Amino acid sequence: MSVLLQRYLRSPSAAIGLALLLLVVFMAATAGLFYPRDPLGLAGRPLQWPMEVSAFPLGTDSSGRDIAAQIFHGARVSLLIGFFATSVAILIGILVGAIAGYYGGIVDDILMRITEAFQTLPNFLLLLVLVAVFGSTLWVVTLAIGIVSWPAPARLTRAEFMSLRGREFVQATRVLGLRDFQIIFREILPNALPPVIVYASVVMAVSILLESALAFLNLSDPNVASWGNLIGTGRGVLRSQWYVSAIPGVAIIITVLAVSLVGQGLNDALNPRLKKR
Amino acid sequence: MRIFALAGRRLAASIPTLLILIAGLFLLLQLAPGDTVDALLAQMGGGDAKMAADLRKFYGLDVGVAAQLTRYLWRLIHFDLGYSAIYGKPVSTVIWERLPATLLLMISSLSLALSGGMVLGVLAARRVNKWPDTLISTLGLLFYATPSFWFGLMGIVVFAVKLAWLPPGGFGTISSGLTGIGHVIDIAKYLVLPTLTLGLIFLAIYLRIMRASMLEVMSLDYVKTARSKGLSETAIVVRHVLRNALLPVVTLVGLQAGTMLGGSVVVESVFALPGLGRLAYESVVQRDLNTLLGIVFVSALLVIVINFIVDLIYARLDPRISADTAGGRK
Amino acid sequence: MTPLLEIENLSVALPTGADRALALDRVSLSLGASEILCVVGESGSGKSMAANAVMGLLPEDVRPTTGRILLDGIDLLTMTEAQLRKVRGNRIAMIFQEPMTALNPLRTIGDQIGEMFREHTDLSKDRIREKVLALLDEVRIPDPTGAIAVYPHELSGGQRQRAMIAMALALEPKVLIADEPTTALDVTTQAQILKLIRDLQPKKGTAVLFITHDFGVVAEIANRIVVMQHGRVVETGAVDQVLHAPEHAYTKSLIAAVPPLTAPPPRKLSSEIALDIKAVSKTYRSGGFLGRRARITKALDAVSMQLPKGGTLGVVGESGSGKSTLAKAIVRLIDVDSGQIQLGALDLAKVRGAELRAASSKVQMVFQDPFASLNPRRKAGDLVAQGPIAHGVSRSLAIAKAAELFALVGLDPSSIDRYPHEFSGGQRQRIGIARALAMNPQVLVADEPVSALDVSVQAQVLRLLVHLREKLGLSMVFITHDLRVAAQICDRIAIMKDGHVVEAGITADVFGTPKHEYTRALLASIPGRAMLERQPS
Repeated sequence: MSVLLQRYLRSPSAAIGLALLLLVVFMAATAGLFYPRDPLGLAGRPLQWPMEVSAFPLGTDSSGRDIAAQIFHGARVSLLIGFFATSVAILIGILVGAIAGYYGGIVDDILMRITEAFQTLPNFLLLLVLVAVFGSTLWVVTLAIGIVSWPAPARLTRAEFMSLRGREFVQATRVLGLRDFQIIFREILPNALPPVIVYASVVMAVSILLESALAFLNLSDPNVASWGNLIGTGRGVLRSQWYVSAIPGVAIIITVLAVSLVGQGLNDALNPRLKKR
Repeated sequence: MRIFALAGRRLAASIPTLLILIAGLFLLLQLAPGDTVDALLAQMGGGDAKMAADLRKFYGLDVGVAAQLTRYLWRLIHFDLGYSAIYGKPVSTVIWERLPATLLLMISSLSLALSGGMVLGVLAARRVNKWPDTLISTLGLLFYATPSFWFGLMGIVVFAVKLAWLPPGGFGTISSGLTGIGHVIDIAKYLVLPTLTLGLIFLAIYLRIMRASMLEVMSLDYVKTARSKGLSETAIVVRHVLRNALLPVVTLVGLQAGTMLGGSVVVESVFALPGLGRLAYESVVQRDLNTLLGIVFVSALLVIVINFIVDLIYARLDPRISADTAGGRK
Repeated sequence: MTPLLEIENLSVALPTGADRALALDRVSLSLGASEILCVVGESGSGKSMAANAVMGLLPEDVRPTTGRILLDGIDLLTMTEAQLRKVRGNRIAMIFQEPMTALNPLRTIGDQIGEMFREHTDLSKDRIREKVLALLDEVRIPDPTGAIAVYPHELSGGQRQRAMIAMALALEPKVLIADEPTTALDVTTQAQILKLIRDLQPKKGTAVLFITHDFGVVAEIANRIVVMQHGRVVETGAVDQVLHAPEHAYTKSLIAAVPPLTAPPPRKLSSEIALDIKAVSKTYRSGGFLGRRARITKALDAVSMQLPKGGTLGVVGESGSGKSTLAKAIVRLIDVDSGQIQLGALDLAKVRGAELRAASSKVQMVFQDPFASLNPRRKAGDLVAQGPIAHGVSRSLAIAKAAELFALVGLDPSSIDRYPHEFSGGQRQRIGIARALAMNPQVLVADEPVSALDVSVQAQVLRLLVHLREKLGLSMVFITHDLRVAAQICDRIAIMKDGHVVEAGITADVFGTPKHEYTRALLASIPGRAMLERQPS
């Protein structure tokens, strides 16, 4: 493990990514500490520019809400949604991909048709449909993002399983008389997992972007502070007070960048052979 | 011939996919609280039960779910997408009006993303781990991490508000009376920011894949063969690496067609473009589920068509894809 | 004879962190005009590195530190990249081991050969086409006019290697470097390619630097020999001298490890049958979906053979003969279409579910690739204990048994806690054997168990298999493409081709009086027959 960490930190971009991610995690963890009040409550005079008043280092939005408080609390929402939606997507993806890839044949055909159906549907449209049908509470949004994101990890897992199932070490376990369940989850999965874990960072980045887009369109949970929502609020005053939209955007960029860099760093650390390139 | 046989087969294979999709969505929409009639009544400020029943009969909502689904699928075959209660005209008409803007946006964004991604990917791979690579890769990462709507808004602030070079939104100057080339240029102006907004994130993706794929191909045996023939590095890249490296990018364009279409929802909303994406957003807000379902159907068709074209291009690029191995590319 | 190509005192440094500092350590060798010089060595000897150094195709982080490479008296190492490009392909050409990957899959054969002329000459399009056709004819590719427009995937491995040779010889280079050009090919194809090189070489006046690990191939083709070990040249000399009076101990051991072609005297075998394979057939269908033309391959066509108890049945064939399909059918990695595989009263071809899992203890398999056949994420001991545990043996008991088995196959029992990557190839193959033995099988199916190993290690693993067969009373099905290996270990041999058994019998009979034409062709194709037969066994 420490070897992995060493290899990981050797790359400066991976180290920067980790630092940025820790920063966002720090903001999420301390949001309640620094900003114990409801971030969506009235805090002061609306539309004060950043640094104009020392109480509001990032200024206030058009409803007089503290932008800094929304940024801190928004980190929570982004990370939570990102993490849980990714978990849902990866879990479904691994299950579908593993079964399709291991058994092949008709099982694979059926599962792949379903996967294709999901991929043929523009994911953001499906997200809109799901939110339209089930409402836009935090949990629905999280689950919906997970549900629209599973096809890619499923395909990746399937490809890994298809290449691994023909490997001699897997054939050997079949010759030894191991059960399919054991072969899939104890023999193949640990070997198929690293690229899927790395891909999880992509899913997480996309999840965070999807949530912010939903929130921007006012279709995410209106009762929680979300960066996307704040950008949407700022739209009305874009011409003069552009900072209301600009600031949360930077927060999103930093978070997505951090997640991507960490994923890339992990990839390089797990595949030292490719690192040289 | 080989290519058409292949693509035709892929097209046929997408029919079950489409069926699964439509059936799934139709059933999903049954779970929605309230139907078109409820929405309509709410808009009219309420109505009695008799009126609701009549309306349900009119919209074909008075029979069981299975019967409704069968009827719906049957109508889809005739390209009858139903009637939009909100817009007061057939859904297909509403969609038809909105399609051109979306198509135009997709084509221009895809062109930008593909050409830019390829060129930058090749440049980065040729100078791997040197400063041009670092610069291009960093820019790619930044584009990738930027939410498109934010990029669009900031574009509006800079280019429309501060510099006043480009219009902040809309699709053509209203009542400008422009025709011919003038009209084209006018539309083009309105498309610059949306194209950049939607295209840059895909440019970042293609650039990354192109770079990785170039590096992968450059490590293969036949590139060594090419070196041993005494070819220069440029000749090797042009004659032996490029086409091979392009294959994964082409596959990706097909796989991401849906994502791009989804991205147009946000971009069209930001720039007030009268396209399919914005229509989808509006129908969610107005609970016009008939229209939403229609858009989903048309989008799926669009994605299938794009994948059909991608398959043709792929088969053209790769002689190994033959009728016998069709579908093996997945 | 003035040397055409001369390597003087060449040292090549590996990047820090590699298993040794120098890939090549003060290597000197010289290649005279129109001679074939074989550079022989096992994996890691640096033989391919030397070839790549001459071409200037070393990996980026590997650089020559001292020495010179003189072509006609001019040092290639001091040339600029542009100057080198004029040499490559034009004056020194190269062919590679893997014909499947050495050609660009997206461009036609004619286009890729023609590129030589387009790059280095000013010939017109028509002239180039003529030249390419002549070359294809010269390397004996049937129907050159058709082949010129064909893509690599449409050719067999042997044909591709011919195309590679045509490409390399296009500009009549002074030196041809051949890096294991026949290793990936079937033995009959190998014989043809070796003959082609031997025929073309004097005609074109090209000197050949031939890299190989196989002393049989050396005996077929070399004028002179350079033996390499751990990046150093250990012996140089004319072919007869090195083959028949080797001086260096390493050379001696390499030559001694080459399996002799004479079969050992037949052993007395039990009349009891351990495994009775009756009319087994297996057909592969590809495609056939939505009007696609289905392609049908008969991998096994009514194959019958018998394995006597305590004996070894060799199944010998080239790629595509169905031998591996048969091995997989016996251990039920694939289901057969028809036929029986009788193990006592049990028909292995029919059992399913729990019964199949139970039957798996009776028939076990040793795989070909010692690197791919062990799960990299499990300890060696766990790998061996895994089977018994799956069949209900307690973990502690299974691990204790694994340690015993390690001792039995010649591994240190205390190494059960190590991971596969900490073992060498030969040791890994022993782990694979221990894993199979852990199930106490009656029949062991060995699928090319030594073909991925260096010759010296091959001999050790074969001895171990013989030892285990005797000690445990195992019956063995031994799948191999190599008649020399089969001759050493098998009591009976079945020769397979295109899913059929063409000839079967006692090993000595098959070798001594081959009846089928294909068997004779196989025997005739074994490289270095002359040398092997002269050797005392």
